[in-house]
Amino acid sequence: MGMAAESQFHVLAVDDSLFDRKLIERLLQKSSCQVTTVDSGSKALEFLGLRQGIDSNDPNALSTAPVNHQVVEVNLIITDYCMPGMTGYDLLKKVKESSAFRDIPVVIMSSENVPARISRCLEEGAEEFFLKPVRLADLNKLKPHMMKTKLKNQKLEEIETTSKDENGVPTAVVEPEIKDSTQVEIEILPLQQDLLLVQQEEQTLSTNNKRKSMEEGISTDRARPRFDGIATVF
Amino acid sequence: MNTTVVAQLQRQFQDYIVSLYQQGFLDNQFSELRKLQDEGTPDFVSEVVSLFFDDCSKLIDTMSRSLERPDNVDFKQVDSGVHQLKGSSSSVGARRVKNVCISFKECCHVQNREGCLRCLQQVDYEYKMLKTKLQDLFNLEQQILQAGGTIPQVDIN
Repeated sequence: MGMAAESQFHVLAVDDSLFDRKLIERLLQKSSCQVTTVDSGSKALEFLGLRQGIDSNDPNALSTAPVNHQVVEVNLIITDYCMPGMTGYDLLKKVKESSAFRDIPVVIMSSENVPARISRCLEEGAEEFFLKPVRLADLNKLKPHMMKTKLKNQKLEEIETTSKDENGVPTAVVEPEIKDSTQVEIEILPLQQDLLLVQQEEQTLSTNNKRKSMEEGISTDRARPRFDGIATVF
Repeated sequence: MNTTVVAQLQRQFQDYIVSLYQQGFLDNQFSELRKLQDEGTPDFVSEVVSLFFDDCSKLIDTMSRSLERPDNVDFKQVDSGVHQLKGSSSSVGARRVKNVCISFKECCHVQNREGCLRCLQQVDYEYKMLKTKLQDLFNLEQQILQAGGTIPQVDIN
């Protein structure tokens, strides 16, 4: 695809089934993400750099530097719920308890629609809960989450140079997308929502009016023809 | 490239895949899988399907052994196998296989060994049937490609 590694979103996918791993990997690649797959929760933690056998009740232990001193930037973790040993829920808890990694959005997947399970995961901090089979359309919901982390990391790097207001996002929002023109073409829809979301936040509109404002914003902000020219991916 | 031959093959392919959907062998999820395939990953669907059939074979074997002795059936083991099979058949779009799994799960829940054995037999039959059908479909794809044509995108509603 010719994209620079830094501009790609890196997703860590966790599933004990080879079949499901292959599927989620392809789905994520098709959504322009860089993917690492592992077959267990413990391997996921290893990859993140969290040492094994650490007492998760001790926040200090997990906030120390990773063993291998490698910076592994993971923008999102997507994990199966039902796994032997450490379940997706256990993994979620460990990530959220870690000061180093608690900001990484975690998405849970499950083939079973169990409302109690879903609310338990969301309460524990999961961003989304996807019912399997996961589809391309589901992954598009993740773009805003990934951008949040990506932008946060960028912000930390450019903290002196970026001009910011309360939200501190406007300048940074445009940059990663412009770097990669192919991504702009394909992903234009979610990007528009994000830009508009940011602009609306600046104007401090209430959440209820966000949808309405976004629709109004589209016609004035970006040239309409841009949408017409795009071939839908679905 | 003989355009007539290609057009004929493409027509054949289209008709065949539509019939598979109409007869309930495949559902929408299969077309979702096809969307994930592109020039960079031309074998994605056949690879995934192949993994699925391997899974079927292994799981059916394990479940068969668990159901073997009438006095000592490990229903938990069988249920676990059905659960996996239901999940992967759902992810692949193997509609008939998935539907048998739903009944199969029920039989496990009520610990009905006879019912389980019937479902097992049915699952075996269905996955093998689908395997043959998909093999025919992939062969058609190969013929189209070899004749210099492109595989048609078929929209299923």
